[in-house]
Amino acid sequence: MEHVFFPPLSRVAVCGGTHGNELTGVYMVREMQKQTMDKDGPVSVTAVLANPPAVDACRRYIDTDLNRCFTDALLSAPLTDSSPYELRRAHELNAQFGPKGSKEAVDLLCDLHNTTANMGLSLILYSLDWITLHICKYLQSKISSPVRVIQLNIPISEVYSLEAVGKHGLAIEIGPQPHGVVRADIYNMMKKAVDLTLEWLQKFNTGSIFEGGEVEAFTFAKSIDYPRDPTTGEITAAIHPQLQDNDFKLLQPGDPVFMSFSRETVKYEGEPLYPFFVNECAYYEKKIAFHLAQRKNLSIPTISVKRD
Amino acid sequence: MEVEEVERLPRLSRVAVCGGTHGNELSGVYLVRELLKVKKKKKKEEEDEDGGAMSVLLVLSNPRAMQQCLRYIDTDLNRCFTHACLIGPTLDKTPYEMRRARELNAMLGPKGSAGAMDLICDLHNTTANMGLSLITYSDHDWICMHIFRHLQRQIPDTPVRYIHYDVTSKESYSLDSVGKHGFAMEVGPQPHGVVRSNIYTTMKSGVQYMLDWVHFFNSGVIFDGGFMDVFTVVKHIDYPRDGETHNITAAIHPQLQDRDFCLLRPGDPLFQTFSGETLRYTGSEPLYPFFINESAYYEKGIALCLARKRIKG
Repeated sequence: MEHVFFPPLSRVAVCGGTHGNELTGVYMVREMQKQTMDKDGPVSVTAVLANPPAVDACRRYIDTDLNRCFTDALLSAPLTDSSPYELRRAHELNAQFGPKGSKEAVDLLCDLHNTTANMGLSLILYSLDWITLHICKYLQSKISSPVRVIQLNIPISEVYSLEAVGKHGLAIEIGPQPHGVVRADIYNMMKKAVDLTLEWLQKFNTGSIFEGGEVEAFTFAKSIDYPRDPTTGEITAAIHPQLQDNDFKLLQPGDPVFMSFSRETVKYEGEPLYPFFVNECAYYEKKIAFHLAQRKNLSIPTISVKRD
Repeated sequence: MEVEEVERLPRLSRVAVCGGTHGNELSGVYLVRELLKVKKKKKKEEEDEDGGAMSVLLVLSNPRAMQQCLRYIDTDLNRCFTHACLIGPTLDKTPYEMRRARELNAMLGPKGSAGAMDLICDLHNTTANMGLSLITYSDHDWICMHIFRHLQRQIPDTPVRYIHYDVTSKESYSLDSVGKHGFAMEVGPQPHGVVRSNIYTTMKSGVQYMLDWVHFFNSGVIFDGGFMDVFTVVKHIDYPRDGETHNITAAIHPQLQDRDFCLLRPGDPLFQTFSGETLRYTGSEPLYPFFINESAYYEKGIALCLARKRIKG
């Protein structure tokens, strides 16, 4: 099997509150900031609240979604007086942890999120990155409940989310949790995921060899919106009870997807695919009822740290 | 067998169903919109078949908050209905919800007067695992209690409970207190800003059975007395908080989370701190918790409410 070597990963950023009402990450970061971060030796970990005013207001964002502000285009465009708050903040975070695409960027940026969808622990990646895929494999091996890997194939210049600022990036998404609420079970799961990620880094940096193999991943295919009233734009149906909470269960043509408020069922038309982000609160305004993905097995090589 | 006395009460000819009192509690928003659509369609097709027996007014209480999918714009509308709030002067700086409360009081009240709605049903959602709960200010309002019992019998697959806040009429602060009889119909768990089909269906059934009951009542049906469980609120408990920042330092313990209406005993786990410690319930009396981990109550300093359960006849 192929064996790939990487330089040590010594600088890590853990971000919470990128969406101010996704509370697990907020409280994780606050807790991490309370403890001294030098215990991990060769790894320096910075824990940061990405969107403090949104956290204070317990809102997803103030002006615009921070986690859509990190494309190359948006990061290089000059700021003006009328720039939305989150765009300014994106520039600040890019300066602190990036610049995106440069050798000064942090080695790993881990961004913590919650969803109202029943997605359990999901790890979101933007490309085929052996480091982050190995972290995923490690978490899957250590956590007994399902850990899903979601891959969105977007060229790095167009990746719009915070974790793209790091040389390697990973979003940890855990649900279901209502926004504005912190559940202990979800917090415990997030803590485990973050601790295991830091543990993996520690092992990697001290020379462990991580065997290659196959990682099952869900690769984004398309999104489906709610049925809407053509005049008002209001949704006219909710996710069907047989789809609700069934993220990652194969959706076949003819399966119910929506139930209208007048009790009519709308069925799925299209190829068999795997739904996720089913009924995510923040996606109503983005016109997304759920995403659909293909399931693939990704091959990853053996990796270890490159000794100079 | 004893012959029970039949309590005779005036007919309920004017009923209001209100949704969107909190703009992000979406079941009520979509249900009232749906009922308005149906009513509009019916009006086009035929005369109101009930004749004069019962009129149902459908109200979207807080349209501005609904538009932004927020609980409220300036202040919680559902705390603006005390006598003091309702009679105050309306000035330029009066918060939006205070003004709106006075409009709603004119439309559905005035509170305490003979002209007020006979029954107000105010639709709410909660992030807590409370099934369908009717929340009222009285433990001897036979109308509300009979409606409760009817719902309990007609909706067997959802837990239905009756919660009583022991507050005087003058101090009662919520929209449902404007009517001669009133209650909040609270259905959960549902995240705010989300509409779940099963929760919508439960609320739809709740409203439909309530209106059916009022119709039967108005037509002279006699409803047998009986006994039922009433949860009377005793107190609430806040989260442990950091002395300086006031941020919460713990979450509801996993063994309490989602266990609304399961008896909480002294010594039972209550909170889990973010550093992993368990904090236990130190009250002297076992009580029934509800509104466990309601999102909107973090800012009100409420992690859970506690009630005594009694049997009322």
